[in-house]
Amino acid sequence: MKITVCIGSSCHLKGSRSVVEQLQNLIASNGLKDQVELAGTFCMGKCQTGVNVTVDGAEYSVSPDTVDSFFRDQVLKPLGK
Amino acid sequence: MRKFDTKVQHLKYKVLREVARHSFHGDLLEHVTDIPKEIIPGNTPTMRCCVYKERAILAERVKIAMGGSSNVPGVIEVIDIACDECPDSGFAVTDACRGCLAHRCEDVCPKNAITFDKTQHAHIDKSKCINCGKCAEVCPYSAITNRKRPCERACKIKAISMAQTGEAQIDYSKCISCGACVYQCPFGAIADKSQILNVVDMLKHSERDGSKVYAVVAPSISSQFNYAKTGQVVSGLKALGFYHVVEAALGADMVADSESRELVEKGFLTSSCCPAFVEYIHTHFPELSDKVSHNLSPMATISKYIKTTDPASKIVFIGPCTAKKAEIRKESVKPYVDAVLTFEELQALFDSRDIDLLAQGEVPLDNASYFGRIFARCGGLADAVAEGIREHGDHFDLKAISCDGIEECRMALLKASKGKLDANFIEGMACVGGCIGGAGCLTHHEVKNKNEVDRYGREAMEKTIADALAGLPKV
Repeated sequence: MKITVCIGSSCHLKGSRSVVEQLQNLIASNGLKDQVELAGTFCMGKCQTGVNVTVDGAEYSVSPDTVDSFFRDQVLKPLGK
Repeated sequence: MRKFDTKVQHLKYKVLREVARHSFHGDLLEHVTDIPKEIIPGNTPTMRCCVYKERAILAERVKIAMGGSSNVPGVIEVIDIACDECPDSGFAVTDACRGCLAHRCEDVCPKNAITFDKTQHAHIDKSKCINCGKCAEVCPYSAITNRKRPCERACKIKAISMAQTGEAQIDYSKCISCGACVYQCPFGAIADKSQILNVVDMLKHSERDGSKVYAVVAPSISSQFNYAKTGQVVSGLKALGFYHVVEAALGADMVADSESRELVEKGFLTSSCCPAFVEYIHTHFPELSDKVSHNLSPMATISKYIKTTDPASKIVFIGPCTAKKAEIRKESVKPYVDAVLTFEELQALFDSRDIDLLAQGEVPLDNASYFGRIFARCGGLADAVAEGIREHGDHFDLKAISCDGIEECRMALLKASKGKLDANFIEGMACVGGCIGGAGCLTHHEVKNKNEVDRYGREAMEKTIADALAGLPKV
């Protein structure tokens, strides 16, 4: 599974750093480093809905406050955890 | 508000603008010979002896705007016919000499080159004079002037001399591409080869096939285009067709992080950010080559990162620097940066598409920390390395020396090569003031521009280097 976080200027100002940090911690604490790859990209062209995140191509809008629920629903569940 | 410091820059800009405009229209080849007449339409000369010479010189400027001569090895090129072949008489006594009694000029002259006529007026014996300039320093009437050519005076590393035929010539085994001569020649007879056509090509391709062209902008942009806001410049870049604009300052954060680690490990280091400084070490102080930091420059570092996230992308660096045009020819940098534009060239590119920055909205530009951003001015890099050491919790007694301009660099390197430098980190900036003094800047105001860079630094959302890096997923 590949999670890509937009780290373009607009998403950065909306908290992409916090989203990246939280996801990194969650991947580590759930022991998923071998199964989940975290990547960044500069701008997904959807600045209005940032912080933009994709999971294997599917698009989501995440904020620093919703990382936990996003991770539960879009990462842990599909992986059967 | 004035867009340029000098009329030479303005003329060069007009050529670049028209070349880019025709290239965007796809009719450059048909119109390439018309451009000089488009710029100088009348019959009255305004710059040279006649319009025909003016147009002949403009035709040469068009060639340089289109990439310049492949026979010239460097990125800086002399336009022979534009060179006014200034007299190169060195120090000379002017008629301001009052024939005083003190004769301080005679006292300080180490070569006894000064004599006096019956009226006590000084004369310099050119066969003895070594052009040390001491007489000029002590004359109470400032009656002795240096008639050195402006290009030779600008070139502190003495890579420019007079050819036998009178025009300026560049010794490319010495030239570090800093562009000081380009900015200082009052006749605009030295110019930096442009890659503006490569950029137009990339943008046109992108319009056709959706390929992505990223702009990586140097932090000194905060001191440029000062008739508009930086956010409007970013917006203008998007209007040109750039997919996204990334701060080179984020690369500077990455460099500060790894350069501070490398310094602690090795104990002595010279900075790797300024390509002219690095080239200067390799060509003039090869014995210090192994002391140059192994980091790529901030430009190359962030571009490498972007290419990892988006391998098919094209990257254009936009900054104040002519030496960056030489840097991207290096094998270690070539894979990451596809073209370099100066701020001068960017202004031409905006106007070739009639993009009025003042009519643009503001688009944010944010990723880097305060420390990455202040790389743009002398002293910023040393501050950032000190911060890196502090953030890593390393115990290292940093003694940094920030060299403001290539002359200060030379002094520090000379001492370092003899083991007599009381410092363990040399921040080298070839341009006085740092990048804000770069030859490709639209305007140069050392104090004001430094303040602008510091203000831009303080506006950064990320306050530490570690914070800026924490936002980057490892690739």
